Amino acid sequence: MSLSHFEAAVLFALITSIVLGIVTKKTDRERIRYAAYCFACFVGTLFGLGWLMYLGHR
Amino acid sequence: MPADSLAPKEPTPPLKLWLPAVAAAWFVPGLGHFLLKRPIRAMLLFSSVVVMFAAGLLMRGTFFEPQTGDLLNTVIYVGGFLGDLASGLLYLVTVWFGYAQPDVAGHVHDYGTKFLVGAGLLNVLAMVDAYEIATGKKE
Repeated sequence: MSLSHFEAAVLFALITSIVLGIVTKKTDRERIRYAAYCFACFVGTLFGLGWLMYLGHR
Repeated sequence: MPADSLAPKEPTPPLKLWLPAVAAAWFVPGLGHFLLKRPIRAMLLFSSVVVMFAAGLLMRGTFFEPQTGDLLNTVIYVGGFLGDLASGLLYLVTVWFGYAQPDVAGHVHDYGTKFLVGAGLLNVLAMVDAYEIATGKKE
């Protein structure tokens, strides 16, 4: 299996967010919201660091 | 003396209350939750750990082998080995079937190695959660 940096990082973010949602919150609603929040943070950081590296290499 | 040290310590829960669930959670990801009658969470944890572990294998990630030397090497290799081992049966079966990917350069292999350790670390979170459920600290 050959994934790009982006695909591998998004897959990692998705799975990790699901587990973090399950183990940290008490109700299902809170779990879903927290998993979505974690995923958004992961992906936001991914884009932020991506742009930082792009601009740093110009 | 700080006030915290004067507070009475919480008694440690008896082993038989939490050990079976935590051991099962280590051996098969999600099994601890299943034994504690949380089947949906068990299924989600099992799927998450298995998918991450399988992705790591498909990317031909490397398993860490415990090595000692300087502090950084020890932390990385022993920590990585413990992370791999935390996947339980998945790790044991994979090694038993002879999977031995050499450490080669390339971002895909590197991600694979991290996915394999990551699967174990996610299982550690699941084990802690199983412990908290078994001891009544959490629903």
